[in-house]
Amino acid sequence: MTTTTAAPPGGRAARAAAPSARATGPSTSGRRRLAPWGFLAPAIVLFVLFLALPIGYALYLSFRTEKVSGLGLGSGSRTEVWAGLSNYAAALGDPEFLASVGRVALYGVIVVPTMLGLALLFALLLDSRRARARTFSRTSIFLPYAVPAVISSLLWGFLYLPGVSPFYDLFERFGWDVPSLFDGDLVMFAVANIAVWGGTGFNMIVIYTALKSVPSELYEAAELDGASQVAVALRIKIPIVTPSIIMTAVFSMIATLQVFAEPTTLRPLSNAISTTWTPLMKVYRDAFTRGDLYSAAATSVIIALATFVLSFGFLRLVQSRAFASEK
Amino acid sequence: MRLTTGTRIAALAAATALLASACSGGGDDAGSDDGGSAAGPVELTFWTWTPNMEKVVDLWNSEHPDITVTVNKQDGGDPAITKLLTAIKAGSGAPDIMQAEYQKIPQLVSSDALADLAGSLGDDVAGQFTDGVWDAVTLGSDAVYAVPQDSGPMQFYYRADIFEKLGIDVPTTWDEYADAARKVHEADPKAYLGTFSANDAGWFSGITQQAGASWYGIDGDAWSVDIDSEATTKVAEYWGGLVEEGVIDNKPMYTPEWNAGLNDGTQVGWLSAIWAPGVLAGNAADTAGKWEMAPMPQWDADAPATGAWGGSATAVTSQSEHPEQAAEFITWLNTDPEAVQALVDETGIYPADVPASTEALTDPPEFFSNQPDFYEVAAQTAQTVQPFTYGPNINVAYSAYNDEFAKATKAKTADAFVDAVDAMQQITLDDLKNQGFNVSE
Repeated sequence: MTTTTAAPPGGRAARAAAPSARATGPSTSGRRRLAPWGFLAPAIVLFVLFLALPIGYALYLSFRTEKVSGLGLGSGSRTEVWAGLSNYAAALGDPEFLASVGRVALYGVIVVPTMLGLALLFALLLDSRRARARTFSRTSIFLPYAVPAVISSLLWGFLYLPGVSPFYDLFERFGWDVPSLFDGDLVMFAVANIAVWGGTGFNMIVIYTALKSVPSELYEAAELDGASQVAVALRIKIPIVTPSIIMTAVFSMIATLQVFAEPTTLRPLSNAISTTWTPLMKVYRDAFTRGDLYSAAATSVIIALATFVLSFGFLRLVQSRAFASEK
Repeated sequence: MRLTTGTRIAALAAATALLASACSGGGDDAGSDDGGSAAGPVELTFWTWTPNMEKVVDLWNSEHPDITVTVNKQDGGDPAITKLLTAIKAGSGAPDIMQAEYQKIPQLVSSDALADLAGSLGDDVAGQFTDGVWDAVTLGSDAVYAVPQDSGPMQFYYRADIFEKLGIDVPTTWDEYADAARKVHEADPKAYLGTFSANDAGWFSGITQQAGASWYGIDGDAWSVDIDSEATTKVAEYWGGLVEEGVIDNKPMYTPEWNAGLNDGTQVGWLSAIWAPGVLAGNAADTAGKWEMAPMPQWDADAPATGAWGGSATAVTSQSEHPEQAAEFITWLNTDPEAVQALVDETGIYPADVPASTEALTDPPEFFSNQPDFYEVAAQTAQTVQPFTYGPNINVAYSAYNDEFAKATKAKTADAFVDAVDAMQQITLDDLKNQGFNVSE
């Protein structure tokens, strides 16, 4: 008995003594100071190479431009020069860019509340005690998230085209004259629908997971007080999962600002989607159709800043309410 | 929604740029392994998107063991140009030989992407081509930036069976075309004689070319932009009128819906170019034998004219280490009778080389076997292609076409179509000035 209890302290002391003995020399103490940097190095190198440097280079490019001389034919007719803030001024003064920002704002107003509302509703339904076939329902609601945006846009695109869509075939049989979603302003809903279809499942899982961690004592207490399922949902579940809802809202807002794949895939199918329909599409057009990396970099910086300001602004706005309990 | 952060957009845009410029220091070692020395065969790479081009290149390789050409397949005209321009900026990575559509040549020359072949080509090469096509590869200068491969003279393709059923004569003027469009739409409210697509700028420039437009010009050492000329405005007003009247469709081409229309007879005609049989055979195989081709409807029946849609040339890039050998290959590819015959048989193009193509093109394409004189009519129309100058920012003009005509087709009025042309002129001119080109007004 005594030997077994005495052994651990002895062992611990021996282990503790070893490193301090080793740390006596000057070279080893230097090595010790460097050790954490060694462990951090891979992360730092990757961060600098693939995030900090590219951002820095984009910033640099955004202040540069290319000038052509004469007819611009032959070698040496193009030179890169400093542009000051002219790329930024051009982007912010471009009515196409402002219109694309307006479109994305409207798109966000449609998509974010609809998607999160549906996600919350589905999560609450799945969590309610009367829910049946939970795993199946959860999987089928989540499944669209696993479909890449390009594929889902193609699928929906075919369904939107009156000439090939089975829906329009049905509408016609009923004698309904449903306008094409690809004409005029309705195209906004065509794109928003794809985002809602694809994103609801993911957000539902996030909220549902939060619901699962609610201690069951709360429900028992509520039941004793005679609360209905609806009252439990409104008074207990929703307040408790509010931080999750806020997180999904921030992610959804960022995704909204970055909408690109859906409208780009639908563009060849519709006259109503311009090459600058969203801000990122303008970046793409400037960089790759017009070959103007400088304007594209300036617009990218503006979008990144706007995303930053919007996300943190929103967080600050709701933080006091949502995370009050954690302070 | 996708889990990305705001900073990553900037990073992505910048990373692309970084890759482009970070490699620029390494340009010198690019071609060092594939034979700066005289020993061993010269190896050339060839970027092209023409299907089956490798079979034609195999012919060359079997006859020329000292110059080996490797085909590298590209997605299409636009992506290939984007890749090439990126490689040019990066200083390495470009192929030796590049397929380039005629309208892209000024932009490529302006980006210093193409080698001047004037000294490497034989004296007889120019004589093989029509003046309009040759101008497109010289830009009217003493330099030669490419050898023409195929051309895309425009014609009118129509469903002969439906025309017969409705008792419509093949329109020879645009007035008759409008009447035919009305009749087709009257007989079946779902059917249209054609569509005005805001997505196909090349198609629009082709039909304005027929009317006598030339969107750019060179006056001495300055460019001029002439998109809002009388000719372009006339064409825009005409099509805007038809769209406003509702007798012409305004959906884009090359959509599943348009394909379905070609199949089920609701797209009764198509103003297209010589390569149309291939597209029709691919998209509406069941309608074989029902289509016929005629010259374009005319503005002036006494002076038949047409435009061009598509067509490309073969160029040598400025990064090639072996421009002489590359020039030898592209001359063979586009002017040697055996090679041109192989191009016709294997790739189905309409060769730009006049003597060789007359010899190679005898039987009509299989899809048009009901029209034995197909290539005779085609050859006649090819003679009437109007001169047209493309400018160094045609990409800007084309994307302005997409955006401005998208608005116009939404408004569906002739006035909006004319406004779209004015906006295109302004956007293109502003961009040219902004980039610093000498521009005369």
